[in-house]
Amino acid sequence: MNRNGNTYTVLYAAIMVILVAALLATISMSLKDRQVRNTEIEKKQSILASVNIESTVANAEEIYAEKIKKEYVVNTKGEQIEGDAFNVDLKKERAKAHEDMLLPVFECQTDDGLKYILPLRGTGLWGPIWGFVALNDDMNTIYGANFDHQGETPGLGAEISIPVFEKQFAGKKLFDNNGKLTSILVAKVGQEAPAEHKVDGISGGTITSKGLEKMLLDDFSSYQEFLKKKKS
Amino acid sequence: MSEPLFSKKNLKLLSDPLNNSNPITVQVLGICSALAVTAQLKPAIVMSISVTAVVALGNVIISLLRNTIPNRIRIIVQLVVLAALVILVDQVLKAYVYDVSKQLSVFVGLIITNCILMGRLEAFALGNRPWQSFLDGIGNGAGYAAILIIVAFFRELLGSGSVLGFRIIPESWYIVNGGFYANNGMMILPPMALITIGIIIWVQRSRNRKLIEN
Repeated sequence: MNRNGNTYTVLYAAIMVILVAALLATISMSLKDRQVRNTEIEKKQSILASVNIESTVANAEEIYAEKIKKEYVVNTKGEQIEGDAFNVDLKKERAKAHEDMLLPVFECQTDDGLKYILPLRGTGLWGPIWGFVALNDDMNTIYGANFDHQGETPGLGAEISIPVFEKQFAGKKLFDNNGKLTSILVAKVGQEAPAEHKVDGISGGTITSKGLEKMLLDDFSSYQEFLKKKKS
Repeated sequence: MSEPLFSKKNLKLLSDPLNNSNPITVQVLGICSALAVTAQLKPAIVMSISVTAVVALGNVIISLLRNTIPNRIRIIVQLVVLAALVILVDQVLKAYVYDVSKQLSVFVGLIITNCILMGRLEAFALGNRPWQSFLDGIGNGAGYAAILIIVAFFRELLGSGSVLGFRIIPESWYIVNGGFYANNGMMILPPMALITIGIIIWVQRSRNRKLIEN
């Protein structure tokens, strides 16, 4: 057969594409279950990490089942509503109208008392960033935080997910003395704010830092009513 | 094949890319990822290993197919093979070694865009036997890795004061702790990576006269 002819070329391309597509589809389907399980375990580890509980891939599910006492969903008015908190897709929720958003809450019994863990989701430089922030039962002081990202630059924006950065959040406050939500400033050098509302941003990771700051403010605003209700 | 597996000619395929035809410093391919992933040593090493694996495998596959590929769509065929390989690697990593796949994050996808891969497939694998192509892939991967690791070593050391995450510059030297030293913030930004590569090219050319054009 003439290997430079049109028939050969078209046939070659068609067969190659079908083979490759079939191969990739088969691989993807057969590995799907394992991948989903991996992401679930990772989410449980992140939730536990926000309350400073270390876990491994092997024991995460067990610790999670033991420590997380309650999972529920609230709306932006702070009322508890129907829903599966663990499987709420924050990406979809953020696209909804404000009053239709499902806001998951996880209650965790730690050695330091009951903590409320709120999942957050925002935008970094290259893609989504997300995290879990644990609050003390005064619904104001941050107990711990855990952040993660899809594709921020290693060494720069990706530093939001290292403990040195996350540890800064412990003890910070969401509301100021007048009860107004001020959230937390992820500061560049020279930006001033009261110490309890400020953490140091990341050099060379300004857009990720500011994205994180916006994520905190936006998402805590959504939870604002719930936090106020719980506090009173 | 009458030729021994590690004949002189074949070994040259492995060693040439380390110096005389280094993909980064001589051919100036793959600069993009060399700038992007070298702020720290660890991602640079992981990226080096991934690129080496993909270029070696891709070379072998294209070399096996070389007599069947229609000339007019050969670039598309190469691209499909690479893309399929990369997706395959990504899927398997996600399923079996999830933490490693998390660390690699975007880099796995970025491997496809690395010019070294297409360069080797087009320039070497299309015209050579599988074993030679495999050696060429490993050699070029190693040449790429060598530069990446040198650049990342200096960037992490001077930019963050650590190597592979271990602290090298003592905390007490830092100005904030009453010392005299400060990390060079420029080092963690991409421009310094380019300058570092420039310095490597300079050193290499001053030692290897063959590389200097008339």
